[in-house]
Amino acid sequence: MTSGAPARVVLSEHDISRALTRIAHEIVERNKGAEEVLLLGIPTRGVPLATRIGARIVEAEAGGLTSEDLVGTIDPTMYRDDLRRQPTRGLEPTRIPPAGLTDKVVVLVDDVLYSGRTVRAALDALSDVGRPRAVQLAVLVDRGHRELPIRADYIGKNLPTARHERVSVHLSELDDADEVVLS
Amino acid sequence: MRHLLSAADLSREEAITVLDTAATMAATQSREIKKLPALRGLTVVNLFFEDSTRTRISFEAAAKRLSADVINFAAKGSSVSKGESLKDTAQTLQAMGADAVVIRHSASGAPHRLATSGWIDAPVVNAGDGMHQHPTQALLDAFTMRRHLMPEGGAGAGLDGKRVVIVGDVLHSRVARSNVDLLHTLGAEVTLVAPPTLLPIGASTWPCRISYDLDAAIAEQAPDAIMMLRVQRERMSSAGGGFFPSAAEYSRRYGLDAARFEALPGHALIMHPGPMNRGLEISARAADSDRSTIVEQVANGVAVRMAVLYLVLAGNEGTPS
Repeated sequence: MTSGAPARVVLSEHDISRALTRIAHEIVERNKGAEEVLLLGIPTRGVPLATRIGARIVEAEAGGLTSEDLVGTIDPTMYRDDLRRQPTRGLEPTRIPPAGLTDKVVVLVDDVLYSGRTVRAALDALSDVGRPRAVQLAVLVDRGHRELPIRADYIGKNLPTARHERVSVHLSELDDADEVVLS
Repeated sequence: MRHLLSAADLSREEAITVLDTAATMAATQSREIKKLPALRGLTVVNLFFEDSTRTRISFEAAAKRLSADVINFAAKGSSVSKGESLKDTAQTLQAMGADAVVIRHSASGAPHRLATSGWIDAPVVNAGDGMHQHPTQALLDAFTMRRHLMPEGGAGAGLDGKRVVIVGDVLHSRVARSNVDLLHTLGAEVTLVAPPTLLPIGASTWPCRISYDLDAAIAEQAPDAIMMLRVQRERMSSAGGGFFPSAAEYSRRYGLDAARFEALPGHALIMHPGPMNRGLEISARAADSDRSTIVEQVANGVAVRMAVLYLVLAGNEGTPS
């Protein structure tokens, strides 16, 4: 589904790095520290983003924080409302740090916020694992076109798009480079 | 995956997808809330023309953990005992809106007939047909082996180079057939051990070795897993076929007794698809040892069947395969 227009890099490696650093500081500032924060990445590309934000928080916050306690993953696939409309999706593991998420401030991390349906599924998945004190949402790109009343608390970049355009996030952990491409 | 009819139909890639999905399902089963919403609103029919408690309960638990509605249909006391044909039963289920059919039948090939005849649109999962196939049992056995024998729980891996010995009544065993097919696909080396009377004609063409001597097989293969098949006592009488002269003789030559248990490598898994005849094909010493995975196989069965139902039901047609 390309628009025919040439692909254009909207965030470079440097832009992504800067956005993640800012999000990490915003999370610490909003929650007055990171002791009670738990970052949960939504597969596939939310996972390396959560890991990177976690590393920045560990670096910025002195004290006994470790990224093992701070970062996990949550796979919302089985909670999606469009399961039967799409080809079978492979399941990704859900990893919650041993301390659990009850009474924590959970920050869901994903690459692109679009319809909001993935986040809704992730919220349902969370409620089956435990009861967080609060849930916040961090995304690298908010491209608009929400279909549900969901908004992000931390946004790397607001990117006005048309529905037929495609936003691709490439991260060096999974792809060749760090960049966000609009095509 | 549209249907699951035979373990031989699965490619290596598909089999590993099922096992990886099962691992994710198994992880959710240690949570406080075990139920997942993936198949909400769908109806799974358990169509059992042959008695089975374990397999039916396992499929029922799997479907319910995924929030599907389950209808159990046992042939006894149903319209089938009044002479209804498979075709009419299938069309009845179709009219009632079954989204998937899990079938066990005493006739080999019944699931294949149901899936390919055009009587119903729903995916068909074979829960054991005659002396032919029992693919979910083979998948749960492979899942159990992979979890114990492969590094880091085996995510994404096959069973390459692992040696598996399957002992007992291969002739009447759909479990053995499915296991040979699937384990071969996953790269394991399988040896079947049985008295010649309990090996089917043509077994020499299967992708496995064949031995008539359990002690020699254990010594030569040093197996990573040994699977004991159930032997039915009635098979030794002439009315039952006269396949072996006495239970004591079978047990002496092919039973996993204390001496053979000691001869196995220290890490070898002791497996049995159940129900067991303690003292006949397996000794209590082996069945109750800490290397026995017999109880774990039952738990893994639910996770594997969740994975199979998820893969045939979630997602539209034309998916991996």
